[in-house]
Amino acid sequence: MRRRPALAAVALGAALTLGLSACGTGGEEPKQGTQGSATAPASQKAEFNAALNGVFNPSTKKGGTLKFANSGEWDSLDPADTYYGYSWNFIRLYGRALVMFKSAPGEEGNTLVPDLAENLGTPSADFKTWTYKLRAGVKFEDGTPITSKDVKYGVMRSVDRETFPNGPTYLGDMLNWPKDYKGPYKSKGVDVSSAIETPDDQTIVFHLKQGYSGFDYLTQMPVTMPVPEAKDTGAKFQEHVISSGPYMFEKNEIGKGFSLVRNPHWDAATDPNRPALPDRIEVQLKVNADDLDNRLISGDIHVDVTGVGVQPAALSKVLPDPALKAQSDNPTIQRTWYTSIPTTVPPLDNIDCRKAIMYAWDRTAYQTAYGGEFSGGQIATSLLPPTVPGYQPVDLYPAGADNKGDVAKAKEHLTKCGKPDGFETNIAYRAERPKEKAAAEGLQQSLGRVGIKLTLKPFPQGDYFSLYAGKPPYVKDNKLGLTLNGWGSDYPEGYGFLQQIVDSRVIRETGGSSNVSIRIPDVDKLIDDSVKEADIKKREPIWAAIDKRVMEEAVVIPGLWAKALLLRGKGVTNVFVSSSQQMYDYVAMGVE
Amino acid sequence: MVTYLIRRLIGAVIMLLIVSMATFAIFFLVPQIAGATPEGMASRYVGRTASAEDAKIAADRLGFNDPLVVQYGRFIKGIVAGAEFDYGPGVEQCPPPCLGYSFITRQPVWPDLLDRLPVTLSLAVGAAVLWLIIGLSTGVISALRRGSVFDRAAMTLALAGVSLPIFFTGLISLLVFSYGNPFAVFAQGGHYTPITENPGEWAYNLILPWITLAFLFAAQYARLTRAGMLETMGEDYIRTARAKGLIERTVVVKHGMRGALTPIVTIFGLDFGLLVGGAVLTESTYSLPGLGKYAIDAITNNDLPKVMGVTLLSAFFVVFANLIVDLLYAVVDPRVRLS
Repeated sequence: MRRRPALAAVALGAALTLGLSACGTGGEEPKQGTQGSATAPASQKAEFNAALNGVFNPSTKKGGTLKFANSGEWDSLDPADTYYGYSWNFIRLYGRALVMFKSAPGEEGNTLVPDLAENLGTPSADFKTWTYKLRAGVKFEDGTPITSKDVKYGVMRSVDRETFPNGPTYLGDMLNWPKDYKGPYKSKGVDVSSAIETPDDQTIVFHLKQGYSGFDYLTQMPVTMPVPEAKDTGAKFQEHVISSGPYMFEKNEIGKGFSLVRNPHWDAATDPNRPALPDRIEVQLKVNADDLDNRLISGDIHVDVTGVGVQPAALSKVLPDPALKAQSDNPTIQRTWYTSIPTTVPPLDNIDCRKAIMYAWDRTAYQTAYGGEFSGGQIATSLLPPTVPGYQPVDLYPAGADNKGDVAKAKEHLTKCGKPDGFETNIAYRAERPKEKAAAEGLQQSLGRVGIKLTLKPFPQGDYFSLYAGKPPYVKDNKLGLTLNGWGSDYPEGYGFLQQIVDSRVIRETGGSSNVSIRIPDVDKLIDDSVKEADIKKREPIWAAIDKRVMEEAVVIPGLWAKALLLRGKGVTNVFVSSSQQMYDYVAMGVE
Repeated sequence: MVTYLIRRLIGAVIMLLIVSMATFAIFFLVPQIAGATPEGMASRYVGRTASAEDAKIAADRLGFNDPLVVQYGRFIKGIVAGAEFDYGPGVEQCPPPCLGYSFITRQPVWPDLLDRLPVTLSLAVGAAVLWLIIGLSTGVISALRRGSVFDRAAMTLALAGVSLPIFFTGLISLLVFSYGNPFAVFAQGGHYTPITENPGEWAYNLILPWITLAFLFAAQYARLTRAGMLETMGEDYIRTARAKGLIERTVVVKHGMRGALTPIVTIFGLDFGLLVGGAVLTESTYSLPGLGKYAIDAITNNDLPKVMGVTLLSAFFVVFANLIVDLLYAVVDPRVRLS
């Protein structure tokens, strides 16, 4: 659940409406994928963070059963209807999109490589048309050859939001679909050549409404996995997704669990990205979260598929035990838990009042509220997480050696803003989230030291952005001077991470926006500059500049860069955390 | 007897209707009173990328804009006559009793319930056998040896059993007997094998949940049986039985226990009915895919059709168990006549 789909989707939509004529092919270089273990440092030694930047327990041994467990359940196993981060990681075991993130540890895992396609997309000069050539000899689990028409059909059906409400809307929003197109079930027989063409069985051409240089980031999403029209069962397709990857469904009991076995028609010669080590994969759903951790420790299961890290009970068991700690990894995730400071709420329209908050907040209390250093996150000094390419360290409001804030500096700025004794305002958070409540209480306490009195205002999370903290008139009228927030991007790119939360043009008076506090003309201009820049190496410093500019205006308390404590299951081989997946990469894993 | 049965069955149906109305009101009327709009209620079915327009369309499609009576009527009609649901390329038939259709998992509720029922039944029956044997025998022995070391020890243990919640005893027992060396002799959580596949494995996987559940109920039953037996054994007819020269075993079993059993049967009916409707805590603790876990997951996901379905099924089991209990009364206590 790391992805914030709606907002990122809107981000792209917003980008398009801004008239981006994007350039460059952002970050993609190799023409053939390679297996991560071939190039990455390998480690046999069980130690803390052994799988962060290298491959732990590398092996090419095939066979065995890899066992996953999930404390919840998938949104859907259907490639058109899934948006969970772990699902996009796992789905590559039974489906092949046109493009995928390289299965490699650390930063190398951010690289896009062709999967079902022979090469990354070939764009037209204006980036409005993208062409992909499919590899020859790729087959579905029933032996039927996969053609470009199957990919086209997979994308077409994803447009039907009634049948597939969960999936991302990027391609539905960006391709040049016929007016009111609602997918192949409701718009039967409608010609979609304005959006997708398949001149032959190996070629697929996408037509965008407006150019976008990062289109390969979108075709790595599961919606470009092929679906055979003859076997499409709509919403019921998730009960048996027809495999195009190395594994296919053997049994699927929705809500309980499922198992995958080798797909006899998958040919390793057509797939340089997947080692496909285990013979069988089992997944158990709705396992008690604490019990799941215990079973992971005991070796009864190998992987917590959600990748969100262990529960507090297991955390207190793992960290003090050197043997267990050596079995764990603590990656930083591309997600920031921050607090917005809306400038529309007096006296926070005054930058010095905002700076008083920036100096007064207790960073350690915020960290503790979210679960501490290992499962909560790393103290953030700006919005952009360090794992996003382009990140530059910036800390404009030093909080002292103990990270508890600089009270003297805060009082100084309060005096400058004409409120030497402090002021009163409200802080909004999601009522269902105890961590946000604890963080709000921590802010209440730490800001109270300088006379800033906060009143806690919980709101239901379902309507948090649409009716309350994301609706500017409500924020202003109800004096929500601080609003807790969280953000993660759909793919590892500075633009994808920042645009939706810092661009003032995405703020909607009717609600639903994640940006409620940032209205900086310089930042809007920098965003426009970034999307016009062809060279990714030149775009990255722009994102860093945006990040810094936002902090200069003191409009967000950056809070934390999220972290998770992951446990490596006993006997699992080829374990590594990929920066694109932000958890263990499931494509590479095997068992001893 | 037949008239009695028919009357009780009609009563049971009326009771289920009332339960369905109450449940429906809780999930559909109360949120409306609290200010939820049809779009707001539909928003949980349209995914996270939906716009306000999508939610509006979904609210129309799901009938949330209709008057509540119409919505309730549609629900009842589904149970009696079945319903149809659009799954994209076609329409899926949900035959009666169609207890609803989950728009989150895209599955009809009734087959889900049938699928999970054997797990809960296995858990409830096994635990019930254990707690009846342990609870009744402990209660009887304690009553007969009132004040003895056994009585005191048993009642202290019973107090612990009644007081300790299942999520505590369950987790501790898992920790000691499933994960803790050298006592890790029982299956770890999340394992269930149908009895039809492998009876040995079925029992092995369930023994810890049985014991955990039985510990709670056996404690209650031991205390109840003890109290009942103490009262009964002090009755005049017990003295008469002894005076007639009956052997003590006959006095205890045939005369004493029979009298003490009546309230136990009543309680057992209710407890068992409730359990079959879903042993929420036990199933959650041990990750057993039964009705209780199904209910709690449905509540967590705000999946109202599932919650409605499982609530109605639970209510059915309680009503049904009560009916059986009433019928059994006549057997246990000949003074009761079914009329």
